[in-house]
Amino acid sequence: MQELSSSFSIAFSLIGTLDADLLEIVGLSLKVSLSAVGLSLLIGLPAGAAIAIGRFRGRFSLMVISNSLMGMPPVVIGLLVYLALSRAGPFGVLGLLYTPTAMVIAQTLLITPIVIALARQTIEELNSEYAEYFASIAISLGYRVITLLWEGRFGLLTVCLAGFGRAISEVGAVMIVGGNIDHLTRVMTTAIALETSKGDLELAMALGIILMLLALMVNLLLAFIRPAEAFGKKSAAATY
Amino acid sequence: MYQRFAQAKADGPISRPVLWRMLVTGVLLAGLPFLALADRAGIVIQSTTSTANSGLYDHLLPLFEKAHDIKVNVVAVGTGQAIRNAARGDGDVLLVHAESDEKEFVRDGWGVRRFDLMFNDFVLVGPASDPASLSEAENVRDALVRISREKALFASRGDDSGTHKKELALWDAAGIDPSDASRDWYRETGSGMGATLNIAVGMGAYCLTDRATWISFANKRGLKVLYEDDPPLFNQYGIILINPKRHPHVNALAGQKFIDWMIGKEGQRAIASFRSGGQQLFFPNASP
Repeated sequence: MQELSSSFSIAFSLIGTLDADLLEIVGLSLKVSLSAVGLSLLIGLPAGAAIAIGRFRGRFSLMVISNSLMGMPPVVIGLLVYLALSRAGPFGVLGLLYTPTAMVIAQTLLITPIVIALARQTIEELNSEYAEYFASIAISLGYRVITLLWEGRFGLLTVCLAGFGRAISEVGAVMIVGGNIDHLTRVMTTAIALETSKGDLELAMALGIILMLLALMVNLLLAFIRPAEAFGKKSAAATY
Repeated sequence: MYQRFAQAKADGPISRPVLWRMLVTGVLLAGLPFLALADRAGIVIQSTTSTANSGLYDHLLPLFEKAHDIKVNVVAVGTGQAIRNAARGDGDVLLVHAESDEKEFVRDGWGVRRFDLMFNDFVLVGPASDPASLSEAENVRDALVRISREKALFASRGDDSGTHKKELALWDAAGIDPSDASRDWYRETGSGMGATLNIAVGMGAYCLTDRATWISFANKRGLKVLYEDDPPLFNQYGIILINPKRHPHVNALAGQKFIDWMIGKEGQRAIASFRSGGQQLFFPNASP
C-alpha cells in the first residue's frame, strides 16, 4: 500500500501547483456532468411529476421502464449515442461525435431515468401530503406540478446529487462518444483509465483521489446550502 | 389557512416572490447545458494506442500545429476499432499498424492511399523466472512452441487490435491453435495493450507487446523482455487519408497536410528524435 501514500502526495502536489492540465480536465468534467444534470432535470422533473400525479394510460409502464433504465450500463448508452452520432448514423451530419456536446447527450440519457424515478417518488409523497390543500383551492394541474416541485426542492436536491454522482463517475459512455481527446474531451474518468493503461497506477490513483475530493466539495456545498435555506423558508412557507 | 387564501386570491395560487425564485431557479437550470458547448476544430486521427500511450503525439503534434495552424485531435483505440470507426467516417486520418488490413481498407475505397510511416518491433515479455525458458528460444516460432508445450500462462489482447492480429499470425505460423487452450493457459483479455500488460503483471503471464508501449509502460514489476529480435516481429505503421469521396465531410485538405508533414522531412525527423526512457521508440521509414 506504499503506492497509496505516494498517490496522495502526487494528488496534493497536483492540486497545490494548480497543474494547468489538471484544471482543464476537472473543469471539463464539471461542465459536462453539470450540463447533463441540468438537462436531465429539465426532462426528468416534469416527467417524474407527471407519472407521480397524472392518471393516464401507460403511466405504470412508464414507471417500470424508467425504473429499469436506471440499470443501463454506461457503455451501452455510449454505444447507442455513438451509433446515432457517427457519420454513418442518423445524426451524423451534425458532426457532434467526439465533442463535449456528445458527452453531455450520453450522460443525460444515463441519468434522466434516475431523475425521473427519484423525482416521482418525492413528488408522490408530497402530493398525498398536500392533497387536502389542493382540494381546498381550485388549482390547475400546471400550478399543482410547479407547487409540488418547488415545495419538494430540498428533497429533489438529493435527486440532483444522485444524478451528478452517476454522471461524473462514469467512464464507459464518455470514452466512446468523447474519444478521450487531449484538451478537448478528456475528463477525470477517462484520464484515470488512460493512466491505468499506461501502467502509471500512482498517477491514476491520484486522479481518483482528486475526483473524490471534488465530489466531497460539491456535496459539502449543497449540505451547507440546504439547512440554511430550509430554516429560512419555514416562515415563508407558513404564510404561503 | 385564512392567510393562505388571502395570498392566493391576491397573487393566484403562487405568491409573487416565490414565483420569482422559481423563475430564477428554472433559468439557472436551463442555462446549465450551455456550459459544455464547444466547437471541435481541425482534424481527427483514428489511431492505434501505442503512438498515443508512448507520448509520441505529445512530441509531434505541437511541432505540426505550430507549422500549420491545424488542430489535431487524436482518438486512440485498438487498430481494429480504429479501422471500423474510420470506415464509418468518424475521422479524417487513419494511423494504425496492420498492413494487410490497411491495404484492404484502401482497396475497398474507404481510404485514399496508404503510406508507410515508421516501424519498430514486437517483443515477448514474461515473468523473470521464465518458466518456458523463452530466453533460450532459437526464434519466435520456437518461443511460442515452448509456451504452449509448458502450458505457461499467456495473456492475449483478444481485441482485434494490430498487436492481436500479429499475435494470431505468429501462432498460426508456429502451427499452434491457442484458442483450444482458451481460459486454460491462453487468456484473452479483450482489452488494450496497457490493460493487458497490467493483467500479465498480475498473473505472471507471457505477453506479446509492441516495444514502444513496453518501454513507456510504468507498471512492469516482475515482467521483463524474454524474447526479441526476430524478423517476423517487425511492426510497420501506416498512415491513410480517409476517402472524401465516401465521406464528403472529411477535411481532406488539412488531413493531407498532416500526412504530407508526417511522411515528409520534418515529420520523419521529429519521429526519429522522440525518446522515451532514453530510447528511440519509432523509426521513420516513409519512402518519399
